[in-house]
Amino acid sequence: MNLNKTGAAYLFAAFFLIFAIVIGIAVGTVAVPPLDVIKILISNVLPFKIANNVDPMHINIVQNIRLPRVLLAGLVGASLSIAGAAFQGLLRNPLADPYTLGVSSGASVGAVITLFFQVSIPFVGSYTLPLLSVVCSLFTIFFVLLFAKKMDSMMRVETIILTGIIFSSFLSAFISLMIALTGDELRQIISWLLGSVSMRGWAYIKIILPFFIIGSILLLAQGKELNALAFGEERAKHLGVNVQKRKLLILIAGSILTGAAVAVSGTIGFVGLVIPHLVRIIAGPNHVHLLGLSMLVGSGFLILADLFARTFISPTELPIGVITALIGAPVFAVLLLNSRRKGK
Amino acid sequence: MLKVENVSFHYGSRTILSDVSFSVRKGELFGIMGPNGSGKTTLLKLMSGIHLCKSGEVYIKGKPLQDYKQRELAKIVAVLSQHAEESFAYQVKEIVALGRYAHQKAWLHSPTKEDQEAVQEAMKTTGVHHLQNTAIQELSGGEKQRVYLAQALAQEPEILLLDEPTNHLDVSNQKELLDNLKEWSQKNNLTIISIFHDLNLAGLYCDRLLMLHEGIVEIISSPQQVLQEKMIKKVYQTDIKQIPHPKLAAPQIALLPKMEASSKRLIIDERYLKISKNHLEMKVPKPLKTLSSGVTGAGVGWYTNFVNRHVDKNYQCDHYEEEMKSYLRAHHFIPEQTVGMMTAVYIEDAAYKNIGSEDLSVFIVATAGVGNAVDAAQAIEHSSELLPGTINIWIFVNGALSEAAYIQSIMTAAEAKASVLRREQVMDPITGTLATGTSTDSILIAATQEGDPIEFAGTISPLGKLIAAGVTECVTESLKKRNGRLKN
Repeated sequence: MNLNKTGAAYLFAAFFLIFAIVIGIAVGTVAVPPLDVIKILISNVLPFKIANNVDPMHINIVQNIRLPRVLLAGLVGASLSIAGAAFQGLLRNPLADPYTLGVSSGASVGAVITLFFQVSIPFVGSYTLPLLSVVCSLFTIFFVLLFAKKMDSMMRVETIILTGIIFSSFLSAFISLMIALTGDELRQIISWLLGSVSMRGWAYIKIILPFFIIGSILLLAQGKELNALAFGEERAKHLGVNVQKRKLLILIAGSILTGAAVAVSGTIGFVGLVIPHLVRIIAGPNHVHLLGLSMLVGSGFLILADLFARTFISPTELPIGVITALIGAPVFAVLLLNSRRKGK
Repeated sequence: MLKVENVSFHYGSRTILSDVSFSVRKGELFGIMGPNGSGKTTLLKLMSGIHLCKSGEVYIKGKPLQDYKQRELAKIVAVLSQHAEESFAYQVKEIVALGRYAHQKAWLHSPTKEDQEAVQEAMKTTGVHHLQNTAIQELSGGEKQRVYLAQALAQEPEILLLDEPTNHLDVSNQKELLDNLKEWSQKNNLTIISIFHDLNLAGLYCDRLLMLHEGIVEIISSPQQVLQEKMIKKVYQTDIKQIPHPKLAAPQIALLPKMEASSKRLIIDERYLKISKNHLEMKVPKPLKTLSSGVTGAGVGWYTNFVNRHVDKNYQCDHYEEEMKSYLRAHHFIPEQTVGMMTAVYIEDAAYKNIGSEDLSVFIVATAGVGNAVDAAQAIEHSSELLPGTINIWIFVNGALSEAAYIQSIMTAAEAKASVLRREQVMDPITGTLATGTSTDSILIAATQEGDPIEFAGTISPLGKLIAAGVTECVTESLKKRNGRLKN
């Protein structure tokens, strides 16, 4: 891919994200004119006030309700997409996603435990659930890697996938057990599992943001290594990549992102699978660009999916995971069919 | 450049390599051979740092391999392995550019001019430059191999490790790849260490060969020393024959397939001979190993058809070989399977004889004329004008001849022929001395190569006696027929 095409891809992805943010904020039960949205956003970021003649109610809605919601959806979408792109590259499997390694199951277990036992850690209060989720997801990846290392000291990708599947199945069964044991909490747990970014507020953004920043910076720095790893670990080693270290780095960074995303929004499927796939078809498989582009596109996509979820049968809100699966699965099927045909 | 010292390697309790030592000089093309499971790939992986030595040490430029950082090592050693995993549709250029990884430092380091030049240069050298914007999946096996080779070259290594580089390549791609490797090793002083399965290719291109056998170094030496029939038979436990390369002083190995010995031995005799007006023909059911002089099929080869064609004594044709081929085709012979000769003698003068016992027999056919008889001892007196052959002798041996026996057969037949001419008092018309033959005689020895090996065919050997007797009789008879016809 030449430079101009790459530049165009970045430009397109950035516009898509800005468009998604503005529309995501503007549309809702109370419609805010897009121009006002832009004015409010700019006056939030820049020192000069240009939102003087905007309805204060609109400012209020945007700043306290819609903006945090859109930002959270964007951060979750970005986290899942970049983690998906990285995992697909590392595992050399275009069908891998951030959930392959059992990280999301781990995060879910944390959340389900919180909901089931009504745990509330002092001082963090309502953030107990996301915090516990992140902690559980990190524990999961730690155990997955430990177990994989025990099985095979070289920690080949195949071993890691296998271990991930074992852990994932076990943890899912554990979640099912919890659900079966719950009575009244059932709906709460299920709706959390289906994923949502509603009514989270700025606090949740504060939770995901540090994980997001650390995770995505770590991953963005692995573009070339992922390119080399995509040709197998031995070849990557021959090319000069410190395979063990880089692999661990990518796995941990991806897990941090996935864990944090699951912690604040539940399990939202297909984003981490479809977005990198789509970006790869358009912009090529080069991870140096794929990672960043996936972040931008995934972020915009989830904002629009959330918009759809809350407006489709308004005032009832659909779980966002349902929307991503409803859009994602057919899109993915078409993509797969097309690429197979092209291959022949 | 690279030194392997007392290296051993085990998988569990299984010993893969034991106490392997050798060193490779700068600019050398070093081949590693051995049967499947002899530890070749393991050895290569030890040299590329994929496996770590359990005992012993690999030194690269005098420094232990373990002391190298992966990135440092990649600047010295590049590896081309057999299999590549291609999960994504990378473009050729992107793949080759990955070869520069070790030379690039920082995370956001964009390719320098030097990087780009190295990538372009590598693609040009391996001939994939025109494919640079193509996705790897769209390429053929040979092209893919060249792309990965370009990647390895873009690393600008001093040592190139190859695991069966010619695997999956067709003949022309194999030759091209190895020609290129040889050229680079000489031009850039690049050290190349490669695993070979094909003994003949290894013999043609390598400076030295290492033969591994059950994890032990059997021999390290020049191809001439390593590719010995005895050595190959021992290491590979298979039946092969060593043959010389037709153009180079490189040993070549021919496989001997296991054949069901046919229950019925082929015996060549007059049943297969057909005499038509313009030619004599032999059509045998199985190819015979033939050594002959003639117009088509001369030299050594395996042939099923033999034709001795009458042409006018004034036959002149610049493209006589083409003309002979079209004659053969016109008579439903495939020129590639046919030894074709010409004679000015009338076909009706031909004489043939089946001679010998059940164990060893020969079938001899001769057409003899003495119009241009020559005394070999005085041949210098003759001009060099060639006329169609006059004494053509075919000798079919029902036996398995050694190469020496082929040559002795020809000597014996030639001596018998000269003896007949002397007895018949045939004179060289130019010198006035006794002739020993004619200026354009042809001969053919064809053997079924079945039965016990026959080592010798000198005049007093059993085979030589049969040939001498048969040739004498047939040439004499054919001359008699000719003389009789000329008198009438």
